[in-house]
Amino acid sequence: MTLAPSPSPTPGAAVAQRLGSVRRPRSVRVLWLLVVLAVLVAVMTTSVAVGSRGVGWSEIVAALGGSSETIGEAAVTKRIPRTVLAVVVGAALGLSGAVMQGVTRNPLADPGVLGINMGASLAVVVGFAWFGLFSATSIVWTAIAGAALAAVFVYAVGSLGRGGATPLKLALAGTATSAALISFLTAVALPRGDIAESIQSWEIGGVGGASFSGLRTVLPFLVVGFAVSLLSARALNSLALGDELAAGLGERVVLARGVAALGSVLLCGAATAVAGPIGFVGLVVPHVCRLLVGVDHRWLLPFTALTGACLLTASDVVGRIVARPSEIDVGIITALIGAPFFIAIVRRQKVREL
Amino acid sequence: MTVVVPPPAATVDAVARNRVRRAGRRRAVITVLAVLVVVAFAASLMIGRTFYPPGDVVRVVLGQEVQGATFTVGRLRLPRAVLAVVAGLSFGLAGVTFQTMLRNALASPDVIGVTSGAGAAAAFAIVFLGWSGTAVSVTAIVAALAVALLMYALAFTDGVVGTRLILIGIGIAAMARSITSWVLSEAGAWDFAEALRWLTGSLNGSTWEATVPALVALVVLAPVLLVLTRQLGALQLGDDTASALGIRVDRTRVVAIVAAVGLLAFATAACGPIAFVSFLAGPIAARIVGPNGSLLIPAALVGALLVLLADLVGQFALGTRFPVGVVTGVLGAPYLIYLIVRTNRAGGSL
Repeated sequence: MTLAPSPSPTPGAAVAQRLGSVRRPRSVRVLWLLVVLAVLVAVMTTSVAVGSRGVGWSEIVAALGGSSETIGEAAVTKRIPRTVLAVVVGAALGLSGAVMQGVTRNPLADPGVLGINMGASLAVVVGFAWFGLFSATSIVWTAIAGAALAAVFVYAVGSLGRGGATPLKLALAGTATSAALISFLTAVALPRGDIAESIQSWEIGGVGGASFSGLRTVLPFLVVGFAVSLLSARALNSLALGDELAAGLGERVVLARGVAALGSVLLCGAATAVAGPIGFVGLVVPHVCRLLVGVDHRWLLPFTALTGACLLTASDVVGRIVARPSEIDVGIITALIGAPFFIAIVRRQKVREL
Repeated sequence: MTVVVPPPAATVDAVARNRVRRAGRRRAVITVLAVLVVVAFAASLMIGRTFYPPGDVVRVVLGQEVQGATFTVGRLRLPRAVLAVVAGLSFGLAGVTFQTMLRNALASPDVIGVTSGAGAAAAFAIVFLGWSGTAVSVTAIVAALAVALLMYALAFTDGVVGTRLILIGIGIAAMARSITSWVLSEAGAWDFAEALRWLTGSLNGSTWEATVPALVALVVLAPVLLVLTRQLGALQLGDDTASALGIRVDRTRVVAIVAAVGLLAFATAACGPIAFVSFLAGPIAARIVGPNGSLLIPAALVGALLVLLADLVGQFALGTRFPVGVVTGVLGAPYLIYLIVRTNRAGGSL
């Protein structure tokens, strides 16, 4: 996108300064890319190495090679799918949040804040309890359908009234909706003792029960979601200029928005299907990434995926360390990290933009 | 230059009549609500696995021995019903106070994190510190006040701005909920019944020990809010207008927040954060009463009625016994849609 700086001195200077703060030279972006990749490798290694049971390097290397003879190697073998799941889910949620923020042009959009993950969760529990859906693929489909319904509902509710979908209305609609969805979820699960046992994992997300077979089921959905979302980058750049300007640039606004939203819902629905509702990753990550690489979605979107993977994996490691010998679900950790961040964003916004 | 013409006597008469009529409607509504609360209260004492006729119930309440009923009604149903009323009144009052002050129907304490803060602290005190009774209530109120003050401080830039306060509250609510979840999962076996109490609110296992502090708080703090009725009404016109009317805006707000938070915290310590009662009570009361004066008392009564009825429904109307918070939580969703659709039609903004 090209934005010609205005020649008039006072507003022009402000615009130029603003552009300077949002556009980054290629070298800076590449540097940050390397940094984020290095961090990702580091947290993945930590995630495999650290847990309630301490293991030595030789055991880790042996386990990565496929051996699981000693207890330490077996522990590492169990941590590998968990790490992969954290990386995949984190990437999905980070990217999903970035697309959502682009589609709604709303700095507070996040699959957790808007209640979309909770919609996916409720749909899965309803599928268990009322329709006997236990096959892995049907769970994913149900989760995505639930996420889509919740997204449409919250967006519709939030954009009613004057001023359209303001951050305030969207966030309130999302919070109230997810509170209601949790009640529904409890009401559905309570009469069913067999489901009530596992209800915790549908109220708070975690990656503790990871397995490669579960991952394999959601992988096609995630791949499609990643592809659709990443391909929307150019459209999101146009949409960022406002609907009229985007239409003037030849963008089919409604179609572009719909496709991008679909990609985002696919990602967070599938992520919820394997890991339960995890909030705030999609909120925090895009804001951090915008600071690092600027607002161009062609750079921003892949970056949010990588950073999301880092954040979720790191949160999972923290959850395993701080409460030894027990573990804290990663959904709790991300909320504790993400909510103060949410507050900080709110405090930075000007009142009329809320 | 326009000359102010005194309105004709007929107009003055009409306005006065109208005022009387509106005050009459408000009184009528309050009376009907109070009667309904009493009926629902009586029903929740009579209905159960065994039905006790009104005569038995009255004798038990008066302290006489009745075979069977003394234990069932006196020890099980009475504390539960009293707690339902106390919690309903407290949540209703506190909710409508916040909604009036922040001029936003969605800005009730259960949406913006004050109730969840109290719930998280209570759960922490019970699970980790092994406390009970008043100590838990005190922990809850300290935490809820801290949350409210933190919110106020974070939102304070050139005066407190309502929208920012609400959004910050949403962030804090998310944190408090996750702390509650963490406390519950640390408690070892995920005790489902106990977890539900602290996540959605429940009257199961109510005892006098838990009920009395909430009752005392209601008796002390409700009058404080009722005294502030006129000031709260003025705050609804906006800070500038309220100051022009001679209201000390910041002082009123602080006193009202402290009183409302106290009510919430004590009720929450007793029965958990019963979902959506604070959120629902005010707007429902506004709907029934119309623009006819303060909503504090009607909203309190609506809150009590909601909790009593939701508890009856949760216990007996469905195949499974649901905690009261699940019922009120499910009620909240359709109401939310209705509220927003109606606000849209009226052309207002949320």
